[in-house]
Amino acid sequence: MLITCPYCGPRDVSEFTYQGDGNRERPAPASQNLDAWNEYVYDRLNPAGDHNEVWQHSGGCRSHLKVVRNTLTHEISSVVFARGHVPHRSPTKRGSKA
Amino acid sequence: MSPRRATSGGRIDRLRTIRFTFDGKAFTGHAGDTLASALLANGVTLFGRSFKYHRPRGVLTAGIDEPNALVTVLRGDAREPNVPATTVEIYDGLVAESQNRFPSLKWDVSAVNQLAGKLISAGFYYKTFMGPAIGPLKGTRFWMLCEHFIRRAAGLGRAGRAADPSRYERMNAFCDVLVVGSGPAGLMAAATAADKGARVIVAELDARLGGSANWSGEAIDGMPAAEWAAGLAEGLKSHPNIRVLPRTTVWGFYDGNTLAALERVTDHKEHPGKGEPRHRHWVIRTKKVVLATGAMERPLIFPGNDRPGVMLANAARRYANEFGVLAGSKVALFTNNDSAYHAAVALQKAGTSIAAIIDVRPNVSDAMRNLASDTGAQIHTGHAVVATEGSTALTGIKIQRFDSTNGVLSGESRTIQADCLLMSGGWSPTIHLASQAGAKARWDNELQAFLPPEPTQSWIGAGAFNGSFSTTEAIAEGHVAGLAAAGGKAAANDDLPVADAVAGDPAPAAVFEIRADGKGFVDFQHDVTAEDVRLAHREGFVSVEHLKRYTTLGMATDQGKISNIPGLAIMAAALGKPIPEVGTTRFRPPFAPVSVGSLAAERYGDIRPERLTPMHDWHVEHGATMYAAGLWHRPMIYGHAGETIEQAYVREARTTRETAGIVDVSTLGKIAVQGPDAAEFLDRVYTNMFSTLAVGKARYGLMLREDGIAMDDGTTWRLGKNDFLMTTTTANAGKVMQHLEYFLDMIWPDLKVTLTSVTDQWAGAAIGGPQARAILASCVKGTPVDNTALPFMGIVHGKIADVPVMVCRLSFSGEMAFEVYCGADYGTHVWQALIDAGKPFGLVPYGLEALGTMRIEKGHVTGAEIDGRTTARDLHLDWMLSTRKPFIGSAMMDRNGLASPDRLQLVGLLSLDNRPFNGGAHIEEELDEQNPHGSIGHITAACYSPALGRYIALALVNGGKARHGSRAFVSDPLRKRFGPVQIVSHHFYDPEGSRMHG
Ligand SMILES: [Zn+2]
Repeated sequence: MLITCPYCGPRDVSEFTYQGDGNRERPAPASQNLDAWNEYVYDRLNPAGDHNEVWQHSGGCRSHLKVVRNTLTHEISSVVFARGHVPHRSPTKRGSKA
Repeated sequence: MSPRRATSGGRIDRLRTIRFTFDGKAFTGHAGDTLASALLANGVTLFGRSFKYHRPRGVLTAGIDEPNALVTVLRGDAREPNVPATTVEIYDGLVAESQNRFPSLKWDVSAVNQLAGKLISAGFYYKTFMGPAIGPLKGTRFWMLCEHFIRRAAGLGRAGRAADPSRYERMNAFCDVLVVGSGPAGLMAAATAADKGARVIVAELDARLGGSANWSGEAIDGMPAAEWAAGLAEGLKSHPNIRVLPRTTVWGFYDGNTLAALERVTDHKEHPGKGEPRHRHWVIRTKKVVLATGAMERPLIFPGNDRPGVMLANAARRYANEFGVLAGSKVALFTNNDSAYHAAVALQKAGTSIAAIIDVRPNVSDAMRNLASDTGAQIHTGHAVVATEGSTALTGIKIQRFDSTNGVLSGESRTIQADCLLMSGGWSPTIHLASQAGAKARWDNELQAFLPPEPTQSWIGAGAFNGSFSTTEAIAEGHVAGLAAAGGKAAANDDLPVADAVAGDPAPAAVFEIRADGKGFVDFQHDVTAEDVRLAHREGFVSVEHLKRYTTLGMATDQGKISNIPGLAIMAAALGKPIPEVGTTRFRPPFAPVSVGSLAAERYGDIRPERLTPMHDWHVEHGATMYAAGLWHRPMIYGHAGETIEQAYVREARTTRETAGIVDVSTLGKIAVQGPDAAEFLDRVYTNMFSTLAVGKARYGLMLREDGIAMDDGTTWRLGKNDFLMTTTTANAGKVMQHLEYFLDMIWPDLKVTLTSVTDQWAGAAIGGPQARAILASCVKGTPVDNTALPFMGIVHGKIADVPVMVCRLSFSGEMAFEVYCGADYGTHVWQALIDAGKPFGLVPYGLEALGTMRIEKGHVTGAEIDGRTTARDLHLDWMLSTRKPFIGSAMMDRNGLASPDRLQLVGLLSLDNRPFNGGAHIEEELDEQNPHGSIGHITAACYSPALGRYIALALVNGGKARHGSRAFVSDPLRKRFGPVQIVSHHFYDPEGSRMHG
């Protein structure tokens, strides 16, 4: 599998570290809403098909990337820098109660 | 001349004689021979014994699909078992052995297994495991009795015990077009694509390029096909756009058009060239793949079809045309299709007499009849072979009238004398890679074969792979595939080479099995018979996947390359269903066995990198016993002659507490946290405040994970308003860096902070003990180090031996102590200056053991206690949890389960029987050595404490704090250590900290 890092170009997956489901949204730091925290820390989507993921180019420029990967075919349809990007929201995900 | 070597012909070098041994006997062959062709040329027909029944077996094929003729190749002490003799190129000095025979190939005592065939039919293992009671030996116990003998009798080659001395390599390659296979289709595809400007890699599993052109005996463009192919192959090798990889098996087709291949670089050489690896593992990323992998001939299933002397028809054609070797002197053929007639012609031309052609079909074309009569063979249409005769070599066959529409045999059988029977059951396109790449194969009823699926990845098929079995079709399809792969289109007037061959009908009769008395083998390598397949059906196995597992059909090292389709056909017949409804199994990588060495490549032995501190050589020169801590190598002790480890660390720790000691702390993780928002960032990351820290001071900090569990601790130094130096534990340096980067990138992109790992830029030494300040005062220039200039947690800058240093007064040992940092390149220089300055004061270097001892005495935590399960409260670090700000983990750390008072909490343990503890030992309220139970916790770290004069430990114990002063027991059944302990506070030594505050 190749991931095309916007900074470094197409690189082997072994250069990257998977950093989890990209659909999560962190509650406000002072939030005491434990349900929202619980969802953020523990709930993960596991779709069969396109999935929003976070990968870090840990063996390269160390940027975090928002990657859309098809979990059935491993086809990657989009890679962008995560920094400054609004988190993807999936319609199947429970709304945050933060 | 060898008994079976034709007087001329073949693509071997008859002027070069090669000497090798097989089963200890000396043989000769020619350059260009395989082990199989050379042994056949010498008249050898017996190659091995079968897996289960120890039946004698000869060579069945001429290539990678060989199930029978497996040998062990020896090189020095290294043994490589289960190698098909058909794929071994001979070289001077080659030593090979047959397998699965005892005591010798010819006289094998286990051959009596044949008589006990009922005992080890399909599912034998399962039935015996769960079998009925047989007296006192029932089920599992009966199995255990038999296992020893079965394991010895049933098996393939034996792996060696000697280490593999070979070197292996891994290569990454990138191209526009990867052509797999170099038969006429592959050659054309490669040449066409490269001429169009594409960067091409051609992989051919054989040594010679050309595939079927090497043995078809046809003419292409008026010249022998082999010469045509050789010419084209030469052109490819010198083409600037093409890399040719002979002896390279493409074995995996993975996502994103990534293919894996194994190149056998030196297996065919007596002396590998300098620097050459044995195998090279290729990872090839390509825009397009051209699959020109050809097809494999199928056997026919009939009683005795495994006797040595029975061979696939076109394998014999290949031996005759490519190697000048005759499979027999008097040959019969048995076929359901036209391709066997071409084989008959090839053998007759090479000098064999053709006794008969037995064809299951009632009628054959005039063209085939003419070919047959040219060879002098008698044709028996509408007949089938029902038995073979002979023991370890074929002497004759029995044939009988056969109705191919219903499989019924009739009439009297008669015998035909022959020392070789060639069979052809039709052809199966080699679709393994396409199957790996995705979709399901589709059944073609006319060709009686599974054809490649619609591509789900970017590949194009050509030639026999597509079911286009004629050479002219292969050339045309290769041309079109090459053009398409390079982004072009074929024109109608493209002038393409044409093969001159008698056209045959590619469609075979739909006959896979002749049902007569006796064992007809489907999977030759796993000894699975047609009857085993039917037995599986009778016992209720209807899915192909279950059939495979129950009978082990297709699960041997050849992965059923020739047996899958006949097995499926017999299952389909038993079920009364058409073959496509029974389905086929999905092919998975690898297509052929892969050496594990090639996958490991250079990463063998201790494959981890080694991290050495700048002072590493000094430690080794001064008697340190080095210890691998993660990737780092650190001094464990600096032992004196005659000292035990315990004596050494006790001396080092005691001297440090009495005078002074110095330890290398360069391994601590160090991260420069810089920028206008650095202080704010640290406030969010640590549980305690850092924005309030004055410049020139350090503070101990604790980090939690998002879920509220403790993650790491360390000191962070404020070097400037916007400039912090964070230290982490040695083990967590990488993890903490990634944690911080994640939050900056993903959560707080608005914070203006940069992170730089500076672990390798700083060398560090911690010097502690009552004399530490005096030692520093004597060698640090440019700054005072007294209590006013350098208070607890203060930082000063100065020089030691002319090198700039940064000194922070902090303590892990509990003594008055300082960490001295300098540029890594000056690490040894500054370290030596400190050692020299400390000499008059009695300074000693100490290692990890003494470091650990002093931290246990002080009750400081490390990774053994911050183990991913403990909270700040569990470790009595709740005083570090700020209530004035949120921080990572603050929202989750107060959940009920994490705040419960009966969690495992950090305590100290005193040994009450004056015996040492071990990490990992359990703590119990009551002692029961016979039946240890009721663990209330475990020991995380243990030592002999010179300060207390007894054995002590840190432990995590249920509700530990409330147990201070009470007694319990250590229970360590693995190491047989049981005994009483007293639970105490983890602050064993100087709990007020008066020593370090001085
Ligand atoms: Zn990158």
